[in-house]
Amino acid sequence: MIEVRDVHKSFGTQKVLRGATLTIAKGEAVVIIGRSGGGKSVLLKHLIGLLPPDRGSVLVAGEDLACMDERRLLQVRRRFGMLFQMAALFDSLNVYENVSFVLRRERRHTEGEIRRQVAEALEMVELPGIEEKLPSELSGGMRKRVGLARAIIYRPEIVLYDEPTTGLDPVAGDRIDRLIRRVWEQLHVTSIAVTHDMKSARTISNRILMLHEGVIYADGPTDSILGSSDPLLHRFVNGISTPQNEGP
Amino acid sequence: MCRGYLLRPVFNPIYQRITSFLRDLGEVSLLGAEVVRSFRLNRPSWKDFVYQLHFIGVKSQSVVITTGAATGMVLCAQTYFQFHKVKMDTATGAVVSVGMSSELGPVLAALMLTGRVGAAMAAELGTMKVTEQIDALRTLAAHPVDTLVVPRLLALLVSAPLLTAEAILVGITASWLIGVKLLGIDSAYYLVNMNRYTIPEDVFNGLVKSVVFGVIIAMVSCNKGLTCRGGAEGVGRATTEAVVIASISILVTNFFLTLFLARLIKG
Ligand SMILES: Nc1ncnc2c1ncn2[C@@H]1O[C@H](COP(=O)(O)OP(=O)(O)OP(=O)(O)O)[C@@H](O)[C@H]1O
Ligand SMILES: [Mg+2]
Repeated sequence: MIEVRDVHKSFGTQKVLRGATLTIAKGEAVVIIGRSGGGKSVLLKHLIGLLPPDRGSVLVAGEDLACMDERRLLQVRRRFGMLFQMAALFDSLNVYENVSFVLRRERRHTEGEIRRQVAEALEMVELPGIEEKLPSELSGGMRKRVGLARAIIYRPEIVLYDEPTTGLDPVAGDRIDRLIRRVWEQLHVTSIAVTHDMKSARTISNRILMLHEGVIYADGPTDSILGSSDPLLHRFVNGISTPQNEGP
Repeated sequence: MCRGYLLRPVFNPIYQRITSFLRDLGEVSLLGAEVVRSFRLNRPSWKDFVYQLHFIGVKSQSVVITTGAATGMVLCAQTYFQFHKVKMDTATGAVVSVGMSSELGPVLAALMLTGRVGAAMAAELGTMKVTEQIDALRTLAAHPVDTLVVPRLLALLVSAPLLTAEAILVGITASWLIGVKLLGIDSAYYLVNMNRYTIPEDVFNGLVKSVVFGVIIAMVSCNKGLTCRGGAEGVGRATTEAVVIASISILVTNFFLTLFLARLIKG
């Protein structure tokens, strides 16, 4: 479904990705872990063609995103839903308009139908009845969940979640994890998430990739990665810093 | 080598000016091409257009009317003071109306629009860019040019000539009030001379210019917003640059448009 081949990406002199290679099959639930600032969000943006790689290629369903212009990419992106790390809600639109953005543009549904679907989606993220609020009136965690509703309402085949549970209390975080799992199991989507929360990773993934120094350092089933004896993985998973390894 | 080193502080800024000018020009051209493609591929959203028309057109009226009136009044007074010395008082109206119609009306209205509308566009799109809302649009399969740039451009295309016409009208009316009621020029002569020396082409030129200026404001401001980088500071910089570049482009374009339109009318 998604294939990333030797992708390099630099911003100025800073090399963020240095030959990341990975393949994600249809229906998988993958979590990407890695140090903060390690390029996980950048990698996610490559998967959906928001950033072009400097070198290498990203293939979605066999088609190379680098060979497409923006309008062709838009068609490919219809298959994707994405939750941004900072939610990226449109702040001039209210929650209803945000969540229904794609449905209203498609002009395939009646207004009543869209209302019902939005209410349902907001129910799923446990924020019923906030349709008329503006993003600036919501807390960070609420915005995140509205962003999640916006990303899944139009039933995409592939959903990318950038830190879906950061900024939520443990209980709300757990509910979101369950929601992501439900979306994956019931709607048969391909699910790709970035998270720092190992408990959450256990719930929402069947495979973990670790991004380290711009390459995929480890790749394996969730349990084996979380229980790995590799020193770097072990330290990361269990949150142990070493004197050399200190820093953000 | 030593001399090259000494001259670097002199030439570097010039070099950077030139490259940044060329980059802006290139970006705006690409944006223009994308706008054309957008018109060919899909119908602009009526709702966004009307919303922008309200913000750009309706709400800019107070600024444009004030500018028009102030300019008309001051131009009338100054012209009168000079013409009075050579007993040409009644020609004042003609000078004001030709000046307002073909130069001052369009240019000043456009400059005010740049400050009010261009700055707002650059700041709004810039904020959307740095808060990833533009990226969110793209993931939701909406092209930023279709959803953001085209409605703004269309709204400016419609409202710029209307606002300019309004500025001209208000300016001439204000000048009549000052000239006739305050400075005591004979109203009949004032109006007759004004009518004799103002030809329809003057007004036509003014409106043609205003359309061009509308395009400049929309394209420059949207481009600065969409290519904005960094956080709040980046948005601030984009806004400033949009206003400066659009204003200068308007002034320079105005000069060439004046020559071009004069040539066009002569034959
Ligand atoms: N648009 C950009 N321009 C310049 N540098 C960027 C840009 N986007 C990301 N970077 C840089 O790339 C690096 C990786 O950023 P990224 O957001 O992918 O980190 P991350 O792994 O998602 O971190 P976190 O877990 O904190 O979200 C950062 O050091 C950042 O400075
Ligand atoms: Mg990130």
